[in-house]
Amino acid sequence: MKDLLIVSASPHISGKLDISLAMKAVILALLPAFIFSVYIFGWRALLVTVITIVSCMISEAIMQRMLGKKITLDDGSAVLTGILLAFNLPPGVPLWLPIVGSVFAIVFAKQLFGGLGYNFINPALAGRAFLMTSWPSFMTKEWLIPTGSTLSGIDSITSATPLTLLKNPANFGPPEVIIQRLNEMATIKNLFIGKVGGCLGETSALLLLIGGLFLIIVGIVDYRIVTGYLVSFGILAFVLPTKANLPFHLFSGGLFLGAFFMATDWVTSPVTKKGRWIFGIGCGVLTAVIRIWGGYPEGVSYSILLMNVFTPLIDRFTKERIFGEKKKGVKL
Amino acid sequence: MTILNSMLKGFLGGIHLSENKFTENLAIEVMPAPKLVYIPLAQHAGKPAKPIVQKDDFVKIGTKIGESEGFISAPVHASISGKVLDIKQHPHPVLASAECCIIESDETEDWAAGMKEKHDYENLPKEELLSIIRDAGIVGLGGAAFPTHVKLSPPPDKPIEYLLINGCECEPRLTADHRLMLEYPIGIIEGAKLFQQILNTKHLIFCIEDNKKEAAKIFISENEEVRVLKTKYPQGAEKQLIKTVLNRTVPRGGLPMDVGCVVQNVGTCYAAFQAVKFRKPLIDRVVTVTGDGVKESKNLLIRIGTSVIDVVNFCGGFVDQPKRIIFGGPMMGISQYAEDVPIIKGTSGILVSKEVSSYEEGPCVRCGCCVDACPMGLMPTEIYKLVKNKKFLKSKDYGVLDCIECGCCAYGCPSKIPLVHYLKYGKNEVWRLSKK
Ligand code: SF4
Ligand code: SF4
Repeated sequence: MKDLLIVSASPHISGKLDISLAMKAVILALLPAFIFSVYIFGWRALLVTVITIVSCMISEAIMQRMLGKKITLDDGSAVLTGILLAFNLPPGVPLWLPIVGSVFAIVFAKQLFGGLGYNFINPALAGRAFLMTSWPSFMTKEWLIPTGSTLSGIDSITSATPLTLLKNPANFGPPEVIIQRLNEMATIKNLFIGKVGGCLGETSALLLLIGGLFLIIVGIVDYRIVTGYLVSFGILAFVLPTKANLPFHLFSGGLFLGAFFMATDWVTSPVTKKGRWIFGIGCGVLTAVIRIWGGYPEGVSYSILLMNVFTPLIDRFTKERIFGEKKKGVKL
Repeated sequence: MTILNSMLKGFLGGIHLSENKFTENLAIEVMPAPKLVYIPLAQHAGKPAKPIVQKDDFVKIGTKIGESEGFISAPVHASISGKVLDIKQHPHPVLASAECCIIESDETEDWAAGMKEKHDYENLPKEELLSIIRDAGIVGLGGAAFPTHVKLSPPPDKPIEYLLINGCECEPRLTADHRLMLEYPIGIIEGAKLFQQILNTKHLIFCIEDNKKEAAKIFISENEEVRVLKTKYPQGAEKQLIKTVLNRTVPRGGLPMDVGCVVQNVGTCYAAFQAVKFRKPLIDRVVTVTGDGVKESKNLLIRIGTSVIDVVNFCGGFVDQPKRIIFGGPMMGISQYAEDVPIIKGTSGILVSKEVSSYEEGPCVRCGCCVDACPMGLMPTEIYKLVKNKKFLKSKDYGVLDCIECGCCAYGCPSKIPLVHYLKYGKNEVWRLSKK
């Protein structure tokens, strides 16, 4: 018998981008920052990352098996969640902590909501937030001193990250001196290159910038979210009363990691063009407010999580304008 | 981006595709008349024609075999001379199955009376021109097959300022219009001038994408106004074309004439020219035949009603067992289930594949690629979810009826969701519900 002809819906050609390719590209973009992290924090950084990746993959497989779904480890999303979670942990955490965080991220924040595409908050950030609230001491103290530098980028102070210094300068010496040192060119340079303490993957603004720009160019990361985030944060950090200068704020903490890689997560950010601007600006404003007035030294992850929650609402109120639709109040 | 785009007078959305126009240097070949043709009575938008011949009647080339039913309809004509074998249901490229007039050739190639002779048309009044075009069964050859005389009869309260001649051919792979522009520019220009005369428009603009510069040059050297457009899919869609060329926005649910425009395809112009000059009805058209499943790719002038298997045989036959046959381009074409389905007036290409990659539909990861790509400003991700959950009325609020089925959304979807399929289904359901 002759084979029947295949009848399929148009279009009959399809773009090269699929989910696993996109995930691979993001992982590739994170690679420079990761290698640098292993260089400055040592093998511990590698170990923590391997643990989160493996536990994320195992949790994903077990959950999908239990829920009777197809196991989709090959889409790479669990690996990426693992990497992003590791990037958001202090490199010196006890090694059971990344396991707990990974399980929480995959099981509670992702699979119980229906898996990839249905989770409404970023799993890696949810995992981090869970660890943050449950074991705050581990999450804010287990910093490692980067190779050839100090935690803060300031020679004499080895026990605090730049942002904790900024929040409570009096704990570490005469406040004016410390603030002045923070704003020095040498500190800013260390921050930009990443030779400071902090979470495992967040320190090098430069390498994250390179990876992020690559993703924008290939069209995986949306420029609107990144621009909205960085610009609105930058403006507020400039005009609001804070003791540090603008470059210090931009290059310290997890801002670049958050703006390029976490806020732009497809699933948990709006799909409309206007919505993405609003989402990015919202993240920027919240981050600035938390950093400058809030109780935490850093506000990136909570800002993004909060905006994740608003995403469905933003989408609802920023519907695209259909071609030829009349603008309200404007005669066409 | 909005500002930048309107400065460039482009349309929002759309995508860049690899054009793969491998046949652009192949001159149009005439395919000899086949032994059998299957001429569907429904080849156009609107009501099918009513058969006016019977089994065992003899017809000549150009004999009218179906009369148009009402205003939005078009007649059909015999494309070979011979005997009517039957009028019955037969596979149809768009409607799956429809009434077709099957004619067996007597191999005389005789034309019906008065055809193929030159006629003077310089001084014909416009009513006369219109009725010739209507009688010749001319429809839009770009794909939608909308009867041309209807487009040329706007109501008196809608003056037409601009006549745009669409030579974009923005679908990848297709080169039929391109070849026509290179080989028969004068006929196209004459046809366009006829339209201009009928519509009484001041401006006549030929719109050609910048991947067909040679063609554009010819029209420029004939002193015609030419607009060379960026190659971007779907540049050739009416509303997008008008936006790009004139920066006018056809209102939602409206027609080009609402902004003083009429768009006609280059092939349609040429057909209308032949109809007026030689009284030749629309009995053949240029089709690009290509794909890895056919031995030789060609641009062919094919009689309407020729079955695809005859066409492929003329092109050296299949390479291997064909897996998929598409009528039209890869973005909007329709895949066929039968090898004896006939070429109709709206068939711009035949793509034969021996290899077909299939994808599994994944979950929507909300990447927004579809929203960015949609030239109609829709949110395909929301609409497909509504349609999937059978919330058809809500999908109407989200603009499912505005979808032009261009395929930009599904092309870029990383989860390989057949969005166009869902949108078409949603459209049909909305229509069905509103008819009730
Ligand atoms: S097929 Fe419809 S929904 Fe998809 S991009 Fe084209 S117009 Fe938009
Ligand atoms: S392109 Fe596909 S995956 Fe992305 S938002 Fe649209 S439907 Fe969802």
